[in-house]
This record gives sequence, C-alpha cells and structure tokens, in this order.
Amino acid sequence: MNETIALVVTGGALIAAGTVLLLSRPLSRIVLGTVVIGNGVNLLLLASSGAASRAPLLYKVFGPQRISDPLPQAFVLTAIVITLALTAFLSAMAYRAWQLSGSDDVQDDVEDLRVAHRAEHGEEHREEARRPRERERRARRRELLAVGEEDEQPGQEGVSRRLRRAGSHYREARRRARAEARPHHGRAARSDEDVADDLWETILGADR
Amino acid sequence: MIAAGSAGVDGPASALVALPVLLPLFAAGLKLGVGVRLQRTQRVISTVVLSTVLAVALVLLIDADRYGPQVMYAGGWKPPVGIVLVADRLSALMLVISSSVTLCVLLYSIGQGMADREEGTPMSVFHPAYLVLVAGVSDTFLAGDLFNLYVGFEIMLTASYVLLTLGGTVTRIRAGATYAIVSLLSSVLFLAAVAVVYSATGTVTMAELARRFDELPGGVAVLAQISLLTVFCTKAAVFPLAAWLPDSYPTAPAPVTAVFAGLLTKVGIYAILRTQTLLFPGDRLSDALMVLALLSLLVGILGAVAQTDLKRLLSFTLVSHIGFMVFGIALATRAGFSGSIFYVVHHITVQTTLFLVVGLVERRGVTTDLRRLGGIAKLSPALGLVFFVPAMNLAGVPPLSGFLGKFGLLRAGVAHGGAMTYVLIAAGSATSLLTLYALAKAWNLGFWRAAPPQLYVVGVVLDTVETDEESPREPAAVSEAGASSGGSGAVDVDVLAGRSEAASFGGRAITTGQPPAAMLGPTAALVAFGLAFTVFAGPLSSLTVRVADELTARTPYVTAVTGR
Repeated sequence: MNETIALVVTGGALIAAGTVLLLSRPLSRIVLGTVVIGNGVNLLLLASSGAASRAPLLYKVFGPQRISDPLPQAFVLTAIVITLALTAFLSAMAYRAWQLSGSDDVQDDVEDLRVAHRAEHGEEHREEARRPRERERRARRRELLAVGEEDEQPGQEGVSRRLRRAGSHYREARRRARAEARPHHGRAARSDEDVADDLWETILGADR
Repeated sequence: MIAAGSAGVDGPASALVALPVLLPLFAAGLKLGVGVRLQRTQRVISTVVLSTVLAVALVLLIDADRYGPQVMYAGGWKPPVGIVLVADRLSALMLVISSSVTLCVLLYSIGQGMADREEGTPMSVFHPAYLVLVAGVSDTFLAGDLFNLYVGFEIMLTASYVLLTLGGTVTRIRAGATYAIVSLLSSVLFLAAVAVVYSATGTVTMAELARRFDELPGGVAVLAQISLLTVFCTKAAVFPLAAWLPDSYPTAPAPVTAVFAGLLTKVGIYAILRTQTLLFPGDRLSDALMVLALLSLLVGILGAVAQTDLKRLLSFTLVSHIGFMVFGIALATRAGFSGSIFYVVHHITVQTTLFLVVGLVERRGVTTDLRRLGGIAKLSPALGLVFFVPAMNLAGVPPLSGFLGKFGLLRAGVAHGGAMTYVLIAAGSATSLLTLYALAKAWNLGFWRAAPPQLYVVGVVLDTVETDEESPREPAAVSEAGASSGGSGAVDVDVLAGRSEAASFGGRAITTGQPPAAMLGPTAALVAFGLAFTVFAGPLSSLTVRVADELTARTPYVTAVTGR
C-alpha cells in the first residue's frame, strides 16, 4: 500500500513540474515538460495495478494470487516507447525552429493577430485607403504601365519587360538576403540576453 | 443465415479484420525500403494497398451488417486479457468512408507530384507517413479495447506530426508546434484516463467495461467519462478545445490538410460515439455536451465569417460543423445517433473535397487570400464547379446530402424535445445560414468576380506588402517568413490572357494553365462520391439507422466479443 501511495505522490509531483515547463515558450523546455509529464502518468499507470507483490515472471512459483499484475507494466512499456519517439520528433522540431529563426519559441499565430488587429484598427485602414492622394498615385502607376506596354517595339525590350525583370531580380535577392540574415539575427538577439543574477530567474525566467 | 449477435459467431470475414491496419503498415515499411528512386513503384504500392483496404472494408461492412460484429482475437488471447479488433457496423462504415477518401487524396497527391515533377525528399517521406496515418486511423476504428484505441491514436498522430511539418518551413514549424503540444497533452490525459479505468475495473476491453461500469459507484464512472470526453473532444476540436485547429491545419500541403480536416477530427467523433454508447449509455452528461455543441456551432461559424483566407475559413466551418455531430450524440436517442453518423459520413467527404479544391486554387492563384483572388470561375469553369457543388453541400442547400443530414438531426431534436434542444435547433439553423453566407462570400470573391487588378498586373511587380492598403502592415516576422496568407509580392504573369508561361513566386514555380487532370480527376471523383450520398440517401440513412440500433442495443457488440 505504501509503495502505491509513493507512486501516486511522485507521479503527481512529476505532472505538476511538467506542467510548469509546458507553460513556457521555448520548445526545448516544452519537450522536457512532456517527458516529465509522461513519466508521471506512467507512474500512475503502474499504481493502477494495485498493491505491490512478486514479479509476474515467477507465476509458476507463487501462483497467480501472489504476483503483481503484468498488464499495466505492458501499458507502461508501450507508453515509454511512444514518448521516446515523440521526444525525438519534438527535439528535431525545436532544433529546426532554432535553425530557421534563431529561437525555438512557440510563435503566436499570424492570422489571429491580423484578425484582432483588423477589429481594432480596421476603420483607420479604410480611411487611409479612401484618401484621394493614394488613389491618384495608383492611377498614375497604372497609366505608366499602359504606356510602357504600348511603346514596346519588336526587336527591342520594352520598359515594362525590363521593369518586370528588374523587379523579380530584386525580390529574389531580397529573399535570399533575408534568409541568410535570419539565423544571425536570432543568434545576435540570443547573445544579447543578459543572464540574471538570480538563479531561479535564470532557470525559469527569461521566457521571451 | 445466422442471427446477429448469437453467441460467439465467427463470421466469415473475421480473419480480414486486421488487414486494414496491417497492410498499410507493411506497405509503409516496404516503401521506405524501396526508397526514392523508384517513383512509379512507390505509386503502384500505395494505390494497390489502399484499394485493397477499401475492398476489405466493403466486405467487412456487408458481413457486419449481415452477421453481426466481426471479431478478431490477436494471438488467440480472449478478453479480458487479450487484444481484440472488432468491426461492427459503425467501425466498418467509418472504414469504408475513410478508405475511399484516403484513396482519392492519394491519387490527388500522386497527380500533384507528377504535375510538379517533384523528385526526392518531400514525397519520399510523404508516402510512408501517409500510409502509417491510414493504418492508425483504421486501428482506431477497429480497436476493441481502450489501450489499443490509445495506440491507434498515437500511430495516427505521430504520422500527422510528420505530415504537418513536411519540408520544415517556418510557417509549418510554427503551426506544427502548437498542434504537437496540444495533441501530446491530450494523449497524456488519455493515458491517465486509461489508468483510472483500469484501477477501477481491472480491464480495458470495452465489451467487458460496458458490463463493469454499470456496477461502479457513480463518481468513478463520471470521472472516467469526463476525462475520456475531454480527450476525444480535443481530438475532435469541439469548441473550447478547438483553438489549435485553425492555426495548424491551413499551413500543411493541400492533400495533407484535406485528410486532416476530413478524417482526423471525425476519428475523435467516432471515439465519442463509441464510448458514449457502449461504456456510458444514458444521458448523464447530455446537458454538458449540448452546451459544447452550441458553443462549437456558433463560435466556429462566427470565426469563419471573420476570415479572409479560404483555408482558414474552411477550418472554422469544420469546427462549427463538429457541433452538429456532437448535438446528435448529446441527444442520446436512436434518431440522434443515426443523424450524427449520417452527418459524419457526409462531412468527411465534403470537407475533404473542399480542401482539395483549395489546393488547386492555390496552384492557380498562388494565394488563398480572398482579397487577392478572383476570376477563377472564368479561368477554369471545371474548378469553379468542383468548388461550388461541395460548398453548397456543406451549407446544406436542398436537396443535397448536407441538407438531409441537418434535417435528420433537427428532426431528432424535435422528437427529443426540451428547451435546450430547441435552442440548439435554432442555433443549428442559424449556423447553416451563416455557413451559406461565408461560402457565398468565398465564391463571390474568389471565383465569381473579375480578377483583382493588384494581383494580375501585366508588367511591373507591385510589392503588395508596401502598397496594399486594405490589409494592415504585417509584423516584420511575417514578411520575412514570406507567409502564404500575407502574400508578399504580386505575380508578374498575365493570367487572364491564359498564357502558360511559368513564373516563380516565393521560390515556387507556378503554372497558369488549367489544373492538371491527374489532380482534378480525384477531386471530381470525390465530388461525385458526395453527390452519391444525395442520390442514395435512402439506403444510406436506413444503414445509419441500423448502425444506431446496434449501438443503442449494446448486446450484439458485447456478446460478439466476450461470447456471453
């Protein structure tokens, strides 16, 4: 009985600790949190087999009454294997996130932010769009394009085609430059972090 | 003829029950062994295996309908110790629908791979992971004990993490993180629930549990029921637990999103159905489920109305329509179950079709943002048609199967009576109208109107991030990531002229011709499949009534498994 209580209490403590980790932003901590919670739940599963007794391997010696229940142990083994696989996957994902953006924080969803933003500032944007100056600018641009199309003669490159090529070159270059700069930005941001003097703060804080 | 439910019938098909799980798993291993060189072999293996699974599922459905549940004892171990796979009418019906849909999506993805001439990495992971996903879904449908149900879920989820983060792009990693964490948490809770159930009853075989839960003190049974319901509602994306879905599904590749949206949430619904009928009969938590259904319906559809991105709009309609199915289950009457099952069958097909169509739209117009799309119906009438029919079907326009499913549910609600039920009937009708509104908006903006000028400008590239006044300036992180929904940059291709010159957008080649037949074909097949539910609504609804009969009776299932 005492062993069972110990299992349940330890399982509860592990689940509590894992929950704290799971509520943080960085994926690497979330991975640790899932591992800890998984272990806690495995202990609860073991506790479900009732009071401790002899090992189930010895069923021929002691008879089925005196051995412990093997079924929860099989459950736990299966659960351990599954947790292992998912830990591996999540770690890979955390690493990939760090590779891409220099941090492995779980990001907020962009579209959600956009919809909320639209609800708050939608009117201002519509105001902006209605401004005559803007409309004129766009009309001028369209005219320019039409002219560019017209004076295109066979055998020589028109303005529009040149502009088009230049534009796509520019965007390609910009995309590449940004992709190259991204990890550096992230790492730079990371290295700027000052480690707090408070040890507790260092371990659990800094969830940016 | 053997009467259904007579003790210990070993039906003619009981040997086949394990095949829907084993074949895809075996094929997945085979394909990993074959590797990426032999693309044609890969395609042949996948197609043959999934067609075989469909055939097996059909045989199982006919046999389960005729001779009662088909049971397979793994390794000859009888319950309460052994693992059992059970194919009763409900499982077999779900298997038939899921294998039809997965086969169509596979053909679509093969078509996409051929059209994009993809060689190497993504497809080589995609095919095995997809087959593992199919195996997991089949295992979930066939599992006769709670722990095997958990394992089935895990097989399915592990494959889904891989599929969701294919290629490891910024947006997919962001979305996959949310999805993986929520799924992991629900899996852990599932395991804890299994521990509770096992320590209270000493078994996890559902047929045994059905008997033992009746003898338990109420509190323990309620605890088990609430924890299982929480898990399954997370998987099924019932409202308060649905926040993860619209953020994660839209970023995946089109075939993946289609299967996820169509199937994975319905697996959760299946699990709710199974536990509510077999383990916890009666209407103990009906009121709570009614409230959840109400919230799902309204919040989901209001979310859909607020979206401007086609994929996210459809994801929100998915959350909302899950409410219909939960409503049917909450009624806890035979008519309610029957209506719910009919709706599940219809919804799997229609939702999958719509997401496949959106994948085709994305190939055409590069974006799925409705503010930047337009003129698709003129460019490609076929594409317009395959969107319009399932969209109207989803909204429940008579005489399509969506209308029939909703009507069946509302009629079951009226027969059940009660104030809460009438509130839900009103909410369901309002949801239908709002679905029609949201989809009509999508149709008008994306398909029916003339193409918006800022996208199809001939000549100069307009950088829409800087000149687009309708949308707020997005945070820097987005434009850096080149978010698919934000759309950074216009396309310098004269789409309206129908010139099929290739251009590059965000590093991805786009084509401006008609959608490839290899992708349009499976989509059209699914549209036809959805329409078949309308044509054969009579036989289908009598089948769902028989399924509901078997579920509410409980004895055929229990007797078939335990032999008592």
